[in-house]
Amino acid sequence: MKLGRVVGTVWATRKVDSLTGLKLLIVRDLDLDHSFKSSFVVAADSVGAGVSEVVLYAGGSSARQTQVTTDRPVDAVIMAIVDRLDVSVSDGDGVESA
Amino acid sequence: MNLARVIGTIWATQKDPGLVGLGMRIVQPLDFERNPIGAPEAAVDAVGAGPDELVITVGSREASLPFDVALLPVDLAIVGIVDRIDGDFAPPWRK
Amino acid sequence: MIICKVAGTVVATEKDPNLSGYKLLVVQPLGLDQAPEGATFLAVDQVDAGEGDTVLVSKEGGGARILLGRDRIPLQAVIVAVVDAIDLDSPSTDTAGKQA
Repeated sequence: MKLGRVVGTVWATRKVDSLTGLKLLIVRDLDLDHSFKSSFVVAADSVGAGVSEVVLYAGGSSARQTQVTTDRPVDAVIMAIVDRLDVSVSDGDGVESA
Repeated sequence: MNLARVIGTIWATQKDPGLVGLGMRIVQPLDFERNPIGAPEAAVDAVGAGPDELVITVGSREASLPFDVALLPVDLAIVGIVDRIDGDFAPPWRK
Repeated sequence: MIICKVAGTVVATEKDPNLSGYKLLVVQPLGLDQAPEGATFLAVDQVDAGEGDTVLVSKEGGGARILLGRDRIPLQAVIVAVVDAIDLDSPSTDTAGKQA
């Protein structure tokens, strides 16, 4: 899953029937330090996310694996709103190589 | 399937019902010489991986297969913890 | 989904039989500032979109096959909506972004 921030909303009246009722949000990709990357996607919302929230989204066929997106033609879905994120970086993992 | 290192943890209260009770980590994908490749991503944890551990990840739709949930919107999962890696993965032209 | 502008139409008489009957449009991905960003590609139109329309394109073959009801249709991208409006709600958003 990728980390992003909701920066906007897309409105579309004329759409395929199976998109009816879905909220479509613009999600800008974030680095782990919460700075914006240059990339963004339009994602269906399955968790009630709002603008400026930090979220996780899943892409590809996994995006259809929610109650609200099942069998619908979406390629990205917001599946969690991030409360907190801890990142640690260390040198070793204790795994030997032959 | 790919190699990655666990570099963080994510907490989320508001999430897809299928994710309730599942741990989420941040992983840095690695090549088999353990050099970082690409940007870190979030992954659901099927094996109880801890900080700094070297793990095996699986992507795409297959990431939901380890979990006994009908609908699970995840595209990356941790499916193994690496004990040891055998082999020489340094390409000759880099030696 | 990604935001694109319809740049043109492709007519192909000789094509996979599963593609017959579908309108193929050339779409140009856009940045958040609506400027063209990246390479054009082809998408099947499902919403009667026309040249110059801003559209949403879903790039996932499995969903496309379900939508079109054809198991063996060889395509990855479908135009699923014509965009009426885009609200960018964060004033701090710089608009130079490009789509993933």
